[in-house]
Amino acid sequence: MNNTEKEPLFSAKNRNIFLSPLGSNNPITIQILGICSALAVTAKLKPAFVMALSVIAVTTMANLIVSLLRNTIPARIRIIVQLVVVAALVILVDQILKAYVYDVSKQLSVYVGLIITNCIIMGRLEAFALANNPWPSFLDGIGNGLGYGLILIILGFVRELFGAGSIWGVKIIPDSWYISNGGFYSDNGLMLLPPMALICVGIIIWITNSKKKA
Amino acid sequence: MNKNSNKYIITYTSVMVIIVAAVLSFAALQLKDRQASNVRMEKMGDILRSIGKGEEANSVKDKFVYITEEYDSYISNTYTVTPDGNVSNGDAFEILLNLKAEYDKPESGRNLPVFEGTVDGKKYYILPTWGSGLWGPVWGYVALEEDWSTIYGIILDHASETPGLGAEITTPAFQNQFKGKQIYSGDRFVGITVLKGGAEGNAHAVDAISGGTITSRAIETMLANCLKNYGEYIAKQRHEEIAVSVNEIESEPLNTNEDE
Repeated sequence: MNNTEKEPLFSAKNRNIFLSPLGSNNPITIQILGICSALAVTAKLKPAFVMALSVIAVTTMANLIVSLLRNTIPARIRIIVQLVVVAALVILVDQILKAYVYDVSKQLSVYVGLIITNCIIMGRLEAFALANNPWPSFLDGIGNGLGYGLILIILGFVRELFGAGSIWGVKIIPDSWYISNGGFYSDNGLMLLPPMALICVGIIIWITNSKKKA
Repeated sequence: MNKNSNKYIITYTSVMVIIVAAVLSFAALQLKDRQASNVRMEKMGDILRSIGKGEEANSVKDKFVYITEEYDSYISNTYTVTPDGNVSNGDAFEILLNLKAEYDKPESGRNLPVFEGTVDGKKYYILPTWGSGLWGPVWGYVALEEDWSTIYGIILDHASETPGLGAEITTPAFQNQFKGKQIYSGDRFVGITVLKGGAEGNAHAVDAISGGTITSRAIETMLANCLKNYGEYIAKQRHEEIAVSVNEIESEPLNTNEDE
């Protein structure tokens, strides 16, 4: 009984909507959307993680709300309506971050506000939510948010490990390894700069593309 | 109903804007206190760290309680001073919360905060500073020793300097360089100069951050601009003995008046 009720919710089509942005249709590596913030907030793992959560929340809620309203939105002002929905959600997220994770919101600084202009969100609203029912739109939102977050976390992990020798702010590379302490190791400062993030994104895209062909 | 008629669009947007405004103002009101207390905690924590206290803020269970306790036990006095060297009756912490506004005022109208810290019987004077970096504001807290010239500690922070370059001003490696440096040479205010190498052994200079020259310069300028506002007051404190004797001379005629 339960199975028959749940079946339509997680049908093959819906599963695909949810899963494809994680791999074969990833917003960053395949659709090449949202690169700007992926470069800017991934120098450390923690801000990357909070940014990923924020984008997941915004893209999911925006997709759901716009999908619910889609039959009432006048076509002539649909972009404006989408922007108002997204902007309101982003301001909410920003306020909540400032109240509950103040340190992180300081590190993210303007990039939380810039979620409004993140192409992933407007892109999914235009391409998906305006034409689909609330439930698939909701899944599409979570999926794309997660796909974006996945890349952010990979980038944050690699950049913090090699750029600062730590993970989530905890020192991983032993102090005795460093040249200043007579060792052989030195952090790669370039990892912390945006150009290196772009190179890392490029490598991830390269790997995913070559896998796809194979 | 025609969804593309002007009437429909105007009604639709009006209702939408009113709902969004209501939701956002409700959220802002609900979270306002928490946000304000976060800002206060951060500033109190920075003041404490400039005199080497409150270091465990991120490892204790309740950061708020910890910071408040440390602040109450080490910060013994707060007051404001005017650029002409008098103590004024301002709320130092309230002014600190919006230091930019204070520096936007003409010089004569400013009230500048001073925080007095006492650790193990020694007094430290913590002066907040505010300036412009490369991409946005930079600010800091300079803790001076009892001679009002030796830097005991400094905490620097920024809003949006380049990570890995200008943002390095927040690292202990950069800030520890300031310890023991002098902002006065004799009676002349010299501040702290930021040099490209060779600052070792120089009592008034530190090494700049490689790749972060503009931010390093901004720190130099910020310290000079802000600390000079305290110049008159510091001069008074540094010549306290003279000031005391002047007071004695002034009070003598008063005494004779009373005698008459």
